[in-house]
Amino acid sequence: MSDPRLEIIGKRLEKVGRIIAVSSGKGGVGKSVVASTLALILKKEGHEVGLLDLDFTSPATHVILGIGDLYPEEEYGIIPPLAHGLRYMSITYYSLDKPAPLRGADVSDAIIEILAITRWGELDYLVIDMPPGIGDATLDVLRLVRGINFLVVTTPSRVAFQTVKKLLTLLDELGIPVMGVVENMVMEPSSPIREQVRQLGQHYLGAVSYDAGLEGALGDVEKIMDTAFADSVKVIAYEIEQRLKRPPT
Amino acid sequence: MHEWALAEGVVSTAVKIARAEGLSEITEVVVKIGELQQVVHDVLNFALEQLRKPMMKDARFVLETIPARLRCRVCGEEWRFSPEELSEEVSEAIHFVPEVAHVYIKCPGCGSPDFEVVEGRGVILASIKGVKKDE
Repeated sequence: MSDPRLEIIGKRLEKVGRIIAVSSGKGGVGKSVVASTLALILKKEGHEVGLLDLDFTSPATHVILGIGDLYPEEEYGIIPPLAHGLRYMSITYYSLDKPAPLRGADVSDAIIEILAITRWGELDYLVIDMPPGIGDATLDVLRLVRGINFLVVTTPSRVAFQTVKKLLTLLDELGIPVMGVVENMVMEPSSPIREQVRQLGQHYLGAVSYDAGLEGALGDVEKIMDTAFADSVKVIAYEIEQRLKRPPT
Repeated sequence: MHEWALAEGVVSTAVKIARAEGLSEITEVVVKIGELQQVVHDVLNFALEQLRKPMMKDARFVLETIPARLRCRVCGEEWRFSPEELSEEVSEAIHFVPEVAHVYIKCPGCGSPDFEVVEGRGVILASIKGVKKDE
């Protein structure tokens, strides 16, 4: 008795250069905005980029990117439509943005389904907006997606960082590559997070200052790219590209 | 699930199992398909015919549908999934990602979306038959 879906997930991702899982220990730290903006920046730099929203119960990237009436094309599977130049896939195509009250086992099945049916084609980067925490969805992505690199988002809050520590510890124990930690919504220059990240043996990718103008820009990609937030993510994107160019150690 | 993606998965999995079991030829592949998936058998059969590998050139594909039964986790009500009651749009959404059934279907007893699919979700390659290399 075998689940035939599992056999084709690797094939669906075989032409994807790098997979970046944007994750966090808890919700509300700006993970989805970082993931969406990072994808847009990588695209603007001339790469072929996909964005996959795996936060099924609280999807947000479609709101951030102002996705209108898009629907995937059916051709030997599902081809994610282009949204602002990104190959974009989200459960909202099928849930029509209604509440999707899914238990853990359902989340697992939906992740397998989406990974098995989605034909990404050739991409330089696939950015995944992960569900927060270390629950079923994160464990499933770790189980099913090979060659994944994590980008972990926190805020200066001790509460947020405590949850991030657990995520980083898990990833370290499993030997999953972590490109680094982004500290988002920074309001004071002397945050202790940088040192705490270093103590965990991880790389501090950079601080993103709290940007009061970001909320008003959400839903409009051009406005997002004009924010100070996007300028900070550009610096982080550049460093990510450099780190991913290096051979694994 | 999309029939072509499913067919690709069935063929790859059957070949993998056959190799692991030392089969030189596959003669039969039995696939059990949960009704919730609303897989169109003719389309799946056509896709399997197109994708079949040389080692399964004469294999018979047997497709069995498992009726979908749902049970409410709140009040315990059990009921049959009735695709004919769904709109085309909803039916297609559940076809591609069956878990979105929780978005559109509610318990007929208490109205809760918190139900389990007791039977009839997923696709399983149930068995394969074949000829061993030294036979």
